[in-house]
Amino acid sequence: MTSGIVSQLFQSALAVLAAPLLIGWVNMCRAWLQNRSAPSLLQPYRALHKLFHKDAAISRNTSWIFRFNPYVQFGCMWLAAGIVPVLATDLPLAPAADVVALVGVFAVARVFAALAAMDTGTAFGGLGARREMFIGALAEPAMLIVFFNLSLIAQSTSLNTIVETLAHGNFLIRPSFAFAGVAFYMVALAENARVPVDNPTTHLELTMIHEAMILEYSARHLALIEWAVAVKLVAYSALGIALFVPWGIAEAGNTAALPLALLALAGKLFVGGAVLATLETVLAKLRLFRAPEFVATAFLLAMLGVLLNLVLQR
Amino acid sequence: MVEMLWLLGIPLAGGILQALAGQHRYAAELGVGLSFGTLLAAAALTVRVIADGPMLVFGEQFFIDPFNVFLVALTAFVAFTTAVFSRPYMRIEEHHGRLSTGRLRLYYSMYQLFTFTMLIGLTTNNMGILWVAMEAATLTTVLLVSLYRTPESLEAAWKYFILCGVGIAQALFGTILLYFAAERTLGTGGNALLWTHLDQSKVLLEPTVLSLAFVFLLIGYGTKVGLAPLHNWLPDAHAEGPTPVSAVLSGLLLNVALYAVVRCKVLTDGALGNHFAGNLMMGFGLLSVVVGTFSLSRQIDIKRMFAYSSIEHMGIITFAFGMGGPVASFAALLHMTMHSLTKSAIFFAVGHAAQKSGTQIMENIRGLIRTNPTVGWGLALGTFAILGMPPFGVFTSEFLILTTAMHEHSWSTPILLISLGIAFAAIFGKIQPIVFGETTLPRLPHPPAILPVFVHLAMVLVLGVYIPPALAEWYRQAARFIG
Amino acid sequence: MISAAWFDQIISLLAAILLLISFAMLSQRRILSLIELFAWQGAVLSASTAIVAYSANLHHLYYSAAITFALKVVALPWLLHRLIRRLNVRWDVETMINIPSTMLIGLALVVFAFNLAQPISQLATGAARHTIGIATATVLLSFLMMITRRKAVPQVIGFLAMENGLFFAATSATHGMPMVVELGIALDVLVGTFIFGIFFFQIRETFDSLDIRHMEKLKER
Repeated sequence: MTSGIVSQLFQSALAVLAAPLLIGWVNMCRAWLQNRSAPSLLQPYRALHKLFHKDAAISRNTSWIFRFNPYVQFGCMWLAAGIVPVLATDLPLAPAADVVALVGVFAVARVFAALAAMDTGTAFGGLGARREMFIGALAEPAMLIVFFNLSLIAQSTSLNTIVETLAHGNFLIRPSFAFAGVAFYMVALAENARVPVDNPTTHLELTMIHEAMILEYSARHLALIEWAVAVKLVAYSALGIALFVPWGIAEAGNTAALPLALLALAGKLFVGGAVLATLETVLAKLRLFRAPEFVATAFLLAMLGVLLNLVLQR
Repeated sequence: MVEMLWLLGIPLAGGILQALAGQHRYAAELGVGLSFGTLLAAAALTVRVIADGPMLVFGEQFFIDPFNVFLVALTAFVAFTTAVFSRPYMRIEEHHGRLSTGRLRLYYSMYQLFTFTMLIGLTTNNMGILWVAMEAATLTTVLLVSLYRTPESLEAAWKYFILCGVGIAQALFGTILLYFAAERTLGTGGNALLWTHLDQSKVLLEPTVLSLAFVFLLIGYGTKVGLAPLHNWLPDAHAEGPTPVSAVLSGLLLNVALYAVVRCKVLTDGALGNHFAGNLMMGFGLLSVVVGTFSLSRQIDIKRMFAYSSIEHMGIITFAFGMGGPVASFAALLHMTMHSLTKSAIFFAVGHAAQKSGTQIMENIRGLIRTNPTVGWGLALGTFAILGMPPFGVFTSEFLILTTAMHEHSWSTPILLISLGIAFAAIFGKIQPIVFGETTLPRLPHPPAILPVFVHLAMVLVLGVYIPPALAEWYRQAARFIG
Repeated sequence: MISAAWFDQIISLLAAILLLISFAMLSQRRILSLIELFAWQGAVLSASTAIVAYSANLHHLYYSAAITFALKVVALPWLLHRLIRRLNVRWDVETMINIPSTMLIGLALVVFAFNLAQPISQLATGAARHTIGIATATVLLSFLMMITRRKAVPQVIGFLAMENGLFFAATSATHGMPMVVELGIALDVLVGTFIFGIFFFQIRETFDSLDIRHMEKLKER
């Protein structure tokens, strides 16, 4: 049990502290791929530091939701990143790590983000909120179906059980699994506001979704939200890693395997970030009205995965 | 053996020959000669089979029994008379400038190849080759339907191609399933698709697979039969293609497709031991009868109307085959013969009538009996025959089918009777003014070469009054094979 | 020696890829990509045929794998490419129903196909258990593609894709049809494509477009 608590604390701390590093790595890769000189790996930390030392300006017309939202965002993402069994599977928070609950956590964050955006009463806020819910309404079911697919294999909705089954079961070629993986990746791109659904680096009103919602934030609130975005990316990466490339995760009661698991995780994130940067360079952003199609495709793939699962693994 | 070689060799060689020399002045005469050769070979083959009974040829790849040899003879005969009819007909079309020499060459060549594919389909023992032949029959006729290159004919040909292509793909799936079932009892390899082998071990075939296979095969080949609701291509293709093509499509291709369905039904009946396949065929047949007759009265194009009449009659034949039993099968075979002869005769007459008046719209063709008595009488008699008036042969076969239906499936009798009545009213009402109506047009100077019409109708008449015992015995044998 | 279970898994994987390609074709808007996908489908088909040939030690399947490759990966895509270059239709595939709805209908069709194939699958052994349903689904999806496309070229590609699905059913469920039949089918497909090609020119000559919406004169009155 103690080893579990150690793992839990270690993982939670790591998720929060290392999150900006992942963003920094993705930005760096992207700069290289686009033939620019890359910013430092630590640039996101500097940006956060700067934002935390500024004075916050809050519109007089906003309610408590607006001020409360950054903390909700950060809290939800931290929780999500904490319960995904990415380093070890015997975490004390494991009973909470149910896939449906996880989707719920993300949904809470989304609802608050949309409410806060509308709270300011600006045109952009409402626009961003509407677009976010539009994408979210399609992405969430797709996500759930991806999870159902894996639950069918593991016979459980608990993330721990799923990861253990997948990591330690004998290796089989599972077409349904491949479908679920691709679908998950597509949903993750949409949920994290990355190209081709959204572009985290522009503020073009025709296309922006996530950025439109946080235009009114400044200083520490903005810093928290930016940080939450980074943690969200980590959480999704961790989820992807835990579900689809689970090899190297420390087994229950094995603290000695923790360093090795950490090394494996670092390696996977390193590769994952590079892949993400490559994708963002290669793909063009979709027109806003094509974005639902993108997410719908993810839904379709996830659904096909479930069907194939039923047909192939009988 | 030798007859088979001639039967298949002549049309194949003819197709190639016509492709090379089809623009020659005597290409039409060559076509007639080739078809006559095929007819002689078919006759010789028929005599042989009637004398010696069923036979396997070329290492079991071909199989002749009374059922298919009867269709071979019919096919060769109608193909020959159509060739005779098309000689003057196509020449006039060329004079009118509707066709160029190049297209005529295509026509003559494809006509022979079409005959070849139908004969292959009829005589092959391999269910896979049967499929290939049916598909090839579509491919050879599709360019004939679009021969005039008018927008309408192109559309009709496209529809024909796509619908029949899709349909025939379903049939391929059915064939695959059939092979899947057969493989378990007959082992892998070519023998598992040979009909004779399948027929011997049909009791052992897996019933669930075979019932599914039959559904796909019925949909697939049924599309080519023109069974409702997959009949949409048929009226268009018949109306827009050249008349000889309409005649062979209606008179022959539909028969061959139905032949394929019946072959599959025999296997399915054996495997299932119940009336599943027959019930399906009866259902589709009745639906086609109803759809066909109720569409008749709305037509304004004469060829289109007779195309719907073909749907109706194919429905009746399918229904009869579906009922099964010696009498119904006998009647179905008889009706197949009568319909082929009568419908092709009608299309010959209609072709001449439309060619003379320059339109296929019925309102614009009037008073044929004055302007062109031979064509007029041909059309009138053909219409009487197809409507099942005694003493024509269609009456005999329809009467047999109706009485059998009354005995075994009495619920279907009113549907059939009402449909036949409506068909009578619709067709007669439209043809009457065409033949006997008032006209201001002058009498045409020279009579058309319309001999095939009267030859066909005479045969239908004779068969209606008196079926020679030899022929009846032949039909009976064929009906026994179908079961 | 690789075990039979492994072969079954690889065949299942290829089947899944085939299904995925069918969906990709259904969602594709560009004709060139459609042809590319068709070629990929042929490649997967040929690979699966070769694997079945190896695992079941059936020599005639090697030939049919080779025919498939030559016909469906090389010849037909090349022909179609030439055709659209000559006809100058590159971009647009118009659909009757918008693409997400088409996909949803496609999903429903997949469920239907799996149910349809259920009784047959139960009789089959090994990989065929899984693949018959997928082959049926591929056939139905290609059928859907033919229905929902307005232009002639995509319709034809749908037709050919349907043939692919049938072929897959034949090889995976029954270890291929007898050679004579297979040759005949290949010949029919080839001739059919040529005739399609001739048709394209005739249609364009007459209508100045390959849009089959122009061909709606012959409606029932």
